[in-house]
Amino acid sequence: MKPAPFAYLRARSVAEALEMLGASAHRDADAHTKVLAGGQSLLTLMNLRLARPDQLVDIGGLMELSRTFEDTDSVVLGALVRHRTLETDPKLGKRLPLVAAAAGQIGHVAIRNRGTLGGSLSHADPAAELPLAMLVHEAVIHVESATSGRRTIRAEDFVESIFTTTMQADELLTWVTVPSARPGQGWGFVEFAPRIGDYAQAGAACLVTVAPDGSVAAIRAGLLAAADRPLVVSEPGDEVSGIPTHETWERLAAHWTRNLEPLTDDPDHTRHLCRAALSQALADAYRRARTDQEEAA
Amino acid sequence: MTVEDAFSPLAQRVPLATTVNGRPVTLAVPARLTLADLLRDELHLTGTHLGCEHGVCGACTVLVDGRSVRSCLLFAVQVEGRSVVTVEGLQDHPTTGRIKCAMARHHGLQCGFCTPGMLVTATELIDRHPPEKPLDEACVRETMSGNICRCTGYQGIVRAVLEAAADPATGTTHEG
Ligand SMILES: Cc1cc2nc3c(=O)[nH]c(=O)nc-3n(C[C@H](O)[C@H](O)[C@H](O)COP(=O)(O)OP(=O)(O)OC[C@H]3O[C@@H](n4cnc5c(N)ncnc54)[C@H](O)[C@@H]3O)c2cc1C
Ligand code: FES
Ligand code: FES
Repeated sequence: MKPAPFAYLRARSVAEALEMLGASAHRDADAHTKVLAGGQSLLTLMNLRLARPDQLVDIGGLMELSRTFEDTDSVVLGALVRHRTLETDPKLGKRLPLVAAAAGQIGHVAIRNRGTLGGSLSHADPAAELPLAMLVHEAVIHVESATSGRRTIRAEDFVESIFTTTMQADELLTWVTVPSARPGQGWGFVEFAPRIGDYAQAGAACLVTVAPDGSVAAIRAGLLAAADRPLVVSEPGDEVSGIPTHETWERLAAHWTRNLEPLTDDPDHTRHLCRAALSQALADAYRRARTDQEEAA
Repeated sequence: MTVEDAFSPLAQRVPLATTVNGRPVTLAVPARLTLADLLRDELHLTGTHLGCEHGVCGACTVLVDGRSVRSCLLFAVQVEGRSVVTVEGLQDHPTTGRIKCAMARHHGLQCGFCTPGMLVTATELIDRHPPEKPLDEACVRETMSGNICRCTGYQGIVRAVLEAAADPATGTTHEG
């Protein structure tokens, strides 16, 4: 099928995009204006006429939002950074290996060549990889509007529900600040999908901080497709004493998935997949942290 | 004033200046025209095929600024100022030539509907793969999995891409 007609506006700067979004919200509260970034979610919906926006503000040409900045403890990513860049850029991969792994699991190369970080976060699909990676990294999302100016939203507070964020209609997601991987921290990302490129049926991401003696100092872990949004499931109280074994990860994964209420046809099956993904991701993260420590020693 | 008053979306034609297969193209297009429909219906480049029109089959894959994209998931107006290369534009590209010869040898196509998308995806894969790391079967399968073929069962396609990647000399001696 073909998309329904819409009015097209091409923004030449962030300020112009904000003006366009603000003006349309002001002009007609019922008219439906959408931002067009990579189009990899929006066009599928429009081609199937599941979405019929009245107006699109195309931000695809805003080179300023394609940039990345490396700070000492964090990396700042523009809203238009492509999934493929996150996946393959060696410098970003070194600072944010979990994000690179997550991005590499999205769709196919041609989708990753177009899809953007800001688009994925704004789309807020509960099965999407990048919103989970941002949640586990405790990223901070920067949004901006012509009327209310700039504000930041913690990744934890960004998703309201399935396909719904806490952004206002006239707000634009501009930048994302992601704390980078720290020494002693290992990452894990595991997802299960029926075929390569499909959205995941279940998936887990985690950062495990390991002390030089091999004990676990901290864990932050989350799940995708387990609820109406990505979820943090690790509970800081659940310390791991001593050197963890395979059973440690199995036990934690079982504990942290026990109360899940997935919105799927077969919640038991999804819970089981979440548990398996989480246990594997935790074990991977610990192993990576130890390997890094051994290499550094 | 409503959006409808400001501009009638049905009537809105957006000026577009882009490059397709090395040739400059300047015209006015409806905003909702996809790149695939621009290529096929306006420019008569019918090598780009449309299967699903929602991003899953890969038949419509073309290169924009040297990167593979789904032309069904791009509005024509989004390629303003960019360079589009379709399967027709890869006619004389050596990598694509090698893949075509290898596809013929390994029975990598039957009806041929998926083939243009396969050629574009495989060309990007081989051209952009770091030369120090030979392409293995797992990587070829993973990349080509974004292109659906209803006929061949993929074995011949995978073999052809691996052969074209491994040996730049083969194939150039055969006619594509
Ligand atoms: C075949 C196929 C398979 C896919 N598989 C996966 C997968 O496995 N995992 C996955 O996570 N995704 C998958 N995707 C979706 C892909 O990741 C998209 O790229 C992403 O969801 C949206 O990014 P985009 O830049 O294309 O956004 P668009 O499609 O342009 O926009 C998506 C939504 O976000 C809004 N938006 C975009 N940018 C901004 C901004 N800066 N500020 C405010 N609002 C904004 C838009 O208005 C729209 O509502 C798949 C897509 C396809 C077609
Ligand atoms: S027609 Fe574009 S991916 Fe199927
Ligand atoms: S050869 Fe018929 S779809 Fe691939």
